[in-house]
Amino acid sequence: MTLPNTLKNGPDASGKFGGFGGRYVAETLMPLILEVEAAYAAAKSDPAFDAEWRRLLTHYVGRPSPLWFAERITQHCAQAAGRPDKGAKVYFKRDELNHTGAHKINAVLGQILLAKRMGKKRIIAETGAGQHGVATATACALFDLPCTVFMGATDVARQQPNVFRMKLLGAEVVAVESGAATLKDAMNEALRHWVANVQDTYYCIGTVAGPHPYPVMVRDFQSIIGEELRGQMMAAEGRLPDALVAAIGGGSNAMGLFYPFLDDGDVAMYGVEAGGHGVHTKTGHAASLTGGRPGVLHGNRTYLLQDEHGQILEGHSISAGLDYPGVGPEHSWLHEIGRVQYVNATDDEALEAFQLCSRLEGIIPALEPSHALAHVLKLAPTLPADKIIVMNLCGRGDKDIFAVASHLGVKL
Amino acid sequence: MTRSRIKARFAALKAEGRGALIPFLEAYDPDPATSMAILRGMPGAGADLIEIGVPFTDPMADGPTIQLAGQRGLKAGATLAGALAMVRDFREEDDATPVILMGYLNPILSYGAERFCTDAAASGVDGLIVVDMPPEEAQELAPFCEKEGLDIIRLVAPTSDAKRLEVVLNASSGFVYYVAITGITGTRSADPAALEAAIPPIRAVTDLPVAIGFGIRTPDQAAHASRVADGAVVASALIDTLASTLDEQGRARSDTVRKVLDQVRGLADAVRAARR
Repeated sequence: MTLPNTLKNGPDASGKFGGFGGRYVAETLMPLILEVEAAYAAAKSDPAFDAEWRRLLTHYVGRPSPLWFAERITQHCAQAAGRPDKGAKVYFKRDELNHTGAHKINAVLGQILLAKRMGKKRIIAETGAGQHGVATATACALFDLPCTVFMGATDVARQQPNVFRMKLLGAEVVAVESGAATLKDAMNEALRHWVANVQDTYYCIGTVAGPHPYPVMVRDFQSIIGEELRGQMMAAEGRLPDALVAAIGGGSNAMGLFYPFLDDGDVAMYGVEAGGHGVHTKTGHAASLTGGRPGVLHGNRTYLLQDEHGQILEGHSISAGLDYPGVGPEHSWLHEIGRVQYVNATDDEALEAFQLCSRLEGIIPALEPSHALAHVLKLAPTLPADKIIVMNLCGRGDKDIFAVASHLGVKL
Repeated sequence: MTRSRIKARFAALKAEGRGALIPFLEAYDPDPATSMAILRGMPGAGADLIEIGVPFTDPMADGPTIQLAGQRGLKAGATLAGALAMVRDFREEDDATPVILMGYLNPILSYGAERFCTDAAASGVDGLIVVDMPPEEAQELAPFCEKEGLDIIRLVAPTSDAKRLEVVLNASSGFVYYVAITGITGTRSADPAALEAAIPPIRAVTDLPVAIGFGIRTPDQAAHASRVADGAVVASALIDTLASTLDEQGRARSDTVRKVLDQVRGLADAVRAARR
């Protein structure tokens, strides 16, 4: 296959990355997403919009997030290699230090500013682990907008601290009972609610999925991660990294890290999906690219976990932020053209990495980037010692301590 | 093969001076035999066209009533192939009543778009409503529908402006499905004045018959919609009746089929009485 001169031109006018993406929504939703698309195009070319977003990132979120040389993880990988010439240097892009504890706030602030420009009076969002819900509730508190967060009832039960955070921030949390009561059902319900409240409501989507323009819009906002990294890496090492590693649920933190480097052919990229109990199991994982096939869900054509009849399967992961049966359409395209390697890490590997990072670096990572770290721990020992890996540490683990304790058999 | 039962049926109703009653049932809800008995009984109870819902795990345009119907159907083993088999059986005794399948795109893509259209037409399906396939995304399916003579029935909504109506209606065939409310199925009803105002802009763009759905529950509402437009779709109200007859385990009782068909009869009587 011949590749185009740049991989950064997507999506096309119809919202497609290769054959993926698009606008597969009911006609009742179509006018809404066309309105969002037009508003985003106008905002994107307005320097005042960009300046306000960047002001918030600097003074409210705390960007740029640091680039941290993880020296003890690097030593650990060198020891694992067992040869002096092996064991790549490992850096963390520390998006867990953002206000609200994850990368989600980057795109939320952009979208809330857009909603204000559109004259919308209230905000809705879906959330899985609760990080996007907390970020949205935070921005809505700041901008004095009523906020309703849809969350699967199963997730409400297992993510109580984030549910309480959202309520403290003034948001209404709706526990969604339909289907398996997890992230995909929360997204169905948010879409249904949006249709019924189109006049005054903006739907703030948390990942690079959903109908066009959401995948491109969320990617654009999250690309601040990779853009910062370029400058920081040049300052630290005088060159670009050799490999980028990020966890993939819907794929927003990964897209934000990867996108600015897509045309740098020497930079390898690894997206780490949730392997759950193992990708050989039918419904025991959430690795849509490894274990799924293309289909249509939530407004876009992408790789999906589905049965032989095209019914959507429930994903499983120890991480509530990764157990989504789909993946952003741009990832599906990058997978098919081979630009990004999509691998996976199991629940157990992520738990190991979670504990190792805490002990060696004094950083308690979220379970989502723990999957990315699990792959770094496999990759770094195989690479020469002069190679550089950057992993996106996209969230902190405070929200996960109860889940991890229970997996480790510890009663809190 | 009979071409365009839909066109023939709307033409006959026009000659009769009345609109169509279009009842809905969900395939395999709550089991294959019950839903087949309801389908078979519908023409006799006064259905002019019939819409069969194909269960999908993630029905994003549907309210709780049809979501639950879909879940019951899936639990009973519903598949797209199973829905086609129902239509095939139905056609053994009824070759005139148009049957429309309503569902979501992913099961069709999984079945294979071309093979699906071939099999659907051969089974006696007349039209498709693919909820999450706007005209912009129809290229995977539309050519095969055209080849097989399957109508693509499209939804237009109160949010569809003049420009959007043009795009959607130019990509429609069979009839137009006007979604009476900005919302999901079975949640609330449109007020009569709003409906009367909504239809003329559609007529200005298309000569196709217009049916009104979403929020039509009572015989009076069905009669009004069939008078304002060319037909009334009733779905959630019938599913509610079906659901109310089920036992604690969600199984059909001996009166399930009769109660649903009695309600269809009541709706049909009202539509027939509402001659224009």
